[in-house]
Amino acid sequence: MSRGMPFVAVAIVLAPGGALAELGFNLPPPATGIAREIYDLHTLVLWICVGIFAVVFLPMFYTLWRHRKAKGHVAASFRDNTRLEVLWTIVPALILVGMAWPATNLILAMKNVGDSDLTIKVTGRQWQWEYEYLDDGLRLVSTLATPRREIDGGNPRSAHYLLEVDRPLVVPTNRKVRLVVTATDVIHSWWIPAFGIKQDAIPGFIKEAWFRVEAPGTYRGQCVELCGIGHAFMPIVVEALPPEKFAAWKNEQMTATKNATAAAQTAANATLSLTELTTRGEQVYNANCAACHQPTGLGIPGAFPALDGSAIVTGPVAAHLDRIFNGKPGTAMTAFGKLKLLSDLDIAAVVTFERNSWHNHVTAPDNLVQPAEVAALPR
Amino acid sequence: MDLAATRHTHHETVSRGPMRWLTTTNHKDIGTLYLWFSLLMFLIAGSLALLIRAELFQPGLQFLQPAFFNQLTTMHGLLMIFGAIMPAFVGFANWQVPLMIGAPDMAFPRLNNWSFWLLPAAACLMLSSFFVPGGAAAAGWTMYPPLYIQGGIAYDMTILAIHLMGLSSILGAINIITTILNLRTPGMTLMKMPIFVWTWLITAYLLVAVMPVLASVVTMLLTDRHFGTHFFDAAGGGDPVMFQHLFWFFGHPEVYIMILPAFGIVSTILPTFARKPLFGYVSMVYAVASIAILSFLVWAHHMFTTGLPAGGQIFFMYSTMLIAIPTGVKVFNWVATLWRGANSFETPMLFALAMVCLFTIGGFSGLVLAIVPIDVQLQDTYYVVAHFHYVLFAGAAMSILGGVYYWLPKWTGHMYDERLGQIHFWLTAIAFNVTFFPMHFLGLVGMPRRIPDYAPQFADFNMLASIGAFVLGASQLLFLYTVIKCIRGGAPAGDKPWEGATTLEWTLSSPPPYHSFTTPPVLTTDTPHGLA
Amino acid sequence: MDSPSPYYQPPPSRWPIIGSVALLAFASGFVLFLAKSDAGAYLMVAGGLLLFLMLSGWFGTVIRESLAGKLAGQVDKSFRWGMVWFIFSEVMFFAGFFGALFYARNIAVPGLAEAQLLWPGYAGGWPTAGPGSKEAFTPVAAWGIPAVNTLILLSSGATVTWAHWGLQNGRRWQIVLGLLLTILLGATFLGLQAHEYLATAFSIRSGIYGATFFMLTGFHGAHVTLGAIMLCVILGRVLAGHFTATSHFAFEAASWYWHFVDVVWLLLFVFVYWL
Repeated sequence: MSRGMPFVAVAIVLAPGGALAELGFNLPPPATGIAREIYDLHTLVLWICVGIFAVVFLPMFYTLWRHRKAKGHVAASFRDNTRLEVLWTIVPALILVGMAWPATNLILAMKNVGDSDLTIKVTGRQWQWEYEYLDDGLRLVSTLATPRREIDGGNPRSAHYLLEVDRPLVVPTNRKVRLVVTATDVIHSWWIPAFGIKQDAIPGFIKEAWFRVEAPGTYRGQCVELCGIGHAFMPIVVEALPPEKFAAWKNEQMTATKNATAAAQTAANATLSLTELTTRGEQVYNANCAACHQPTGLGIPGAFPALDGSAIVTGPVAAHLDRIFNGKPGTAMTAFGKLKLLSDLDIAAVVTFERNSWHNHVTAPDNLVQPAEVAALPR
Repeated sequence: MDLAATRHTHHETVSRGPMRWLTTTNHKDIGTLYLWFSLLMFLIAGSLALLIRAELFQPGLQFLQPAFFNQLTTMHGLLMIFGAIMPAFVGFANWQVPLMIGAPDMAFPRLNNWSFWLLPAAACLMLSSFFVPGGAAAAGWTMYPPLYIQGGIAYDMTILAIHLMGLSSILGAINIITTILNLRTPGMTLMKMPIFVWTWLITAYLLVAVMPVLASVVTMLLTDRHFGTHFFDAAGGGDPVMFQHLFWFFGHPEVYIMILPAFGIVSTILPTFARKPLFGYVSMVYAVASIAILSFLVWAHHMFTTGLPAGGQIFFMYSTMLIAIPTGVKVFNWVATLWRGANSFETPMLFALAMVCLFTIGGFSGLVLAIVPIDVQLQDTYYVVAHFHYVLFAGAAMSILGGVYYWLPKWTGHMYDERLGQIHFWLTAIAFNVTFFPMHFLGLVGMPRRIPDYAPQFADFNMLASIGAFVLGASQLLFLYTVIKCIRGGAPAGDKPWEGATTLEWTLSSPPPYHSFTTPPVLTTDTPHGLA
Repeated sequence: MDSPSPYYQPPPSRWPIIGSVALLAFASGFVLFLAKSDAGAYLMVAGGLLLFLMLSGWFGTVIRESLAGKLAGQVDKSFRWGMVWFIFSEVMFFAGFFGALFYARNIAVPGLAEAQLLWPGYAGGWPTAGPGSKEAFTPVAAWGIPAVNTLILLSSGATVTWAHWGLQNGRRWQIVLGLLLTILLGATFLGLQAHEYLATAFSIRSGIYGATFFMLTGFHGAHVTLGAIMLCVILGRVLAGHFTATSHFAFEAASWYWHFVDVVWLLLFVFVYWL
């Protein structure tokens, strides 16, 4: 080892954490007070570990080099030293207490969901997130926006490959946002690294967490509990807006929802042509169904059934509608209707699409389903 | 391993051919069976990892679909833990424990054979599960419901394989406990046993206590899947998190099951090549015992983000940090063993030294993870993957490799090729760090675990890790070659090729007689038994 | 070289590999059965028969070795240790299920009752089939048949101990009668449990209550059955004159197992039926 090596090593080790973060070595820049405290606690613990490592292993490497048989060194014969052993039991214990103290306080702060300014219900499902602002019932579903063809290679990667969604969660800055987190099917986990918040979404249970974002901006995270084949493909994007802008956004969304509901009502009563239904149905299929049942409709044998040639798809409409509306409990087939993930129009469209695609050529009139038929299903 | 062709001093002839291996009741044969089985599973499970790293070489899905990728990560974990690491240590226990305590064989030699032959049956179930409709289990080696409830028939095959492996471990552990408590040569009190035997005694207690809990919890998975129970289903009053509590009550002692024998091996190798007694034998024993007892009190540190109450998080954080103390004591004692020894650097010593350094790094990342607020950022990221590979590969697997080099001369009567051993060591140690050290950074900057595709900011370290992984994998083929070469021939080892070795097996020939210590050796203070 | 040793080295044995093949067949059969294949049940039966063959063969060999005096002294001590740790592993198996019961009652169900956002109106309490179920049922009352069963098993613990005293004091009629009574009491216990099973208004599918109830009592019943079979074998060996007043480890092992089964029942009675 050259004599300069130790200095290089020390320089690397002492390089500022911030610079390291930008190089991609450390926790991301904190966007909340909690994240900042976590960052600092990690820095403290890391340096303590580096220090202990040096204190332990520098002597070890020294003795390995210095006291070699090959150099004729004769072994000592001591086999214990009670004072030393007591010392190196007590000193680490004290160091641990020193780490545990700030950590305990931080745990209590992170668990304190009281006095929040707004509450959002977060629901994870295979493979998207749904958010509901509990004060006024505004709902939005957030799905990966990166197109499939980019993932399967060929196209250049977008700027936020795998970390972009169609509809982000929008929150106000400088307000305490309380999250009540759950899931509908399997365990997921909601994580934004910059916020220092990670909460597992347990189906059937409510788990609480909170955050308070300081600066406006876009913050990204991912699902972080294995949840099936789409685990890598259900990101989280949070837009933080100043409170006034947030209020404005909220109003706009409430109006848009009212209009959309009205439009859906009209559409629900409309009679659409086969082409209109299958065109819309193909879009719905690609966005919601193709991940499992595949664009070819062939599914994955043993895991996801084929729709091409399926008895349910080519048989009575009632069973087909039921399967999509109510899902299949115990499997990954979600209740798209009951959970209000797809509108009546969209369900009618995708059912029509499936009945007229690939090798499925259901004879009229069973090859066409109008939104009104879906609306008639028991909720 | 053809012992029949070597000296044996009994009038019974050792048969050759498959029947010998199917029906043997000899601890040396059974140890050999375990070690070969483990090496085979290590290479298979390692190949699965190489497929994983091939896909993760670049962002995007190049070769594999997510469904198969999840099968690979799951089976890599299960096969490494239950097929490679655990059987390897049992192989060492079988070969070495009777020899080190001066016993003629294990307490229950036939049961010993059954413990081994349950494993190929389990491996059949696990490996063939790749070929059933739906493919192999793909819910992670941790098998969390409700995801585990959704899967196909392979998931049941895995549950049954776990039952078989559990039975094997429980029977094996009972055998080891009884052997150690009952068959020590007269004069070898517990506090005169070699440290390796102590680590196995305590490991066996852990096995007997927690493998049955694993059996009960996977049975609940099975009934939830097929018999309508609602253990892990909220609508029925159950809780998916309950699985995690029960599983990790097994799971945490399980990781100590996988590391305590490694501690024993390292504690045997270091004194040998430092030509100095193990420092602080008594505190080493107490440290292993305290680690084992504490291991029952830390399980929920795998669950800090599941919504435990603050009191629960605090308790488990404290108990987990507490384990650092006896573990630290062991590391300090190893360094003190080396201090002012007359050190030489044969291959076993190199692996033991690397283990001490790299396992400690794994220990530190474990301490970082123990701290709840930090864990909130790092749970389920590549930081955890880095942590457990440091403790399991650098910790457990490197001890196994070191132990094989250490005892191959005794088992075969030949010295292994030292040059090849050294090359294998350096390739392994360097490639290991190239593969896994970057994963700490990947976790810190935000890359989740168990994903087949990732955002471009993670690309550079992933590429580096994949390159390291392929070199690491290829190097193990060199190990296979070196082992086979040693079995077939080499410089005669003699009874005691390592001048610093002090335990009883080195008083026997190399290889030892098929039935050794049929008369218990007489122990005087001059007789080496690990304390010189 | 050939000095006498208190240790017995068994010769190579085919029973272990037969056992592994049997269990592999049974497991594969079970998998096929779950996959709704007809071959499954047959393979399970084949595996089961082979396992029975293996157990009788293996135990038979050990009995012959014992009668030939090869298993005295140190080996006897080994068997004692082995049985103790085996029973301990069985205790831990039950501990997993008791842990589930404890967690469900004290953490899961109250947690669900708190999640009014998801389960409006669910009040929790015990027994429960969960918030998603409309099932209302009465649990099995502790002070009916379960209490009788407690008396039965406690008595059977006494009878087996009484039989042991007979063995130690050379009173053959006492051993035989004691064992017979123990087995009869055990069979009565199982009969009453079977009756209770048929009479319950709920099933294993009745939420977490049904699941924990039937798993715990079911595995317990299986262990009682195993224990009773072991006692029958011991009775057979007593009648064949295998035991002496000072050498009867197999009897002790079976009686320890029986006491373990009794203790688990007491825990069941308190935590599953009563509280």
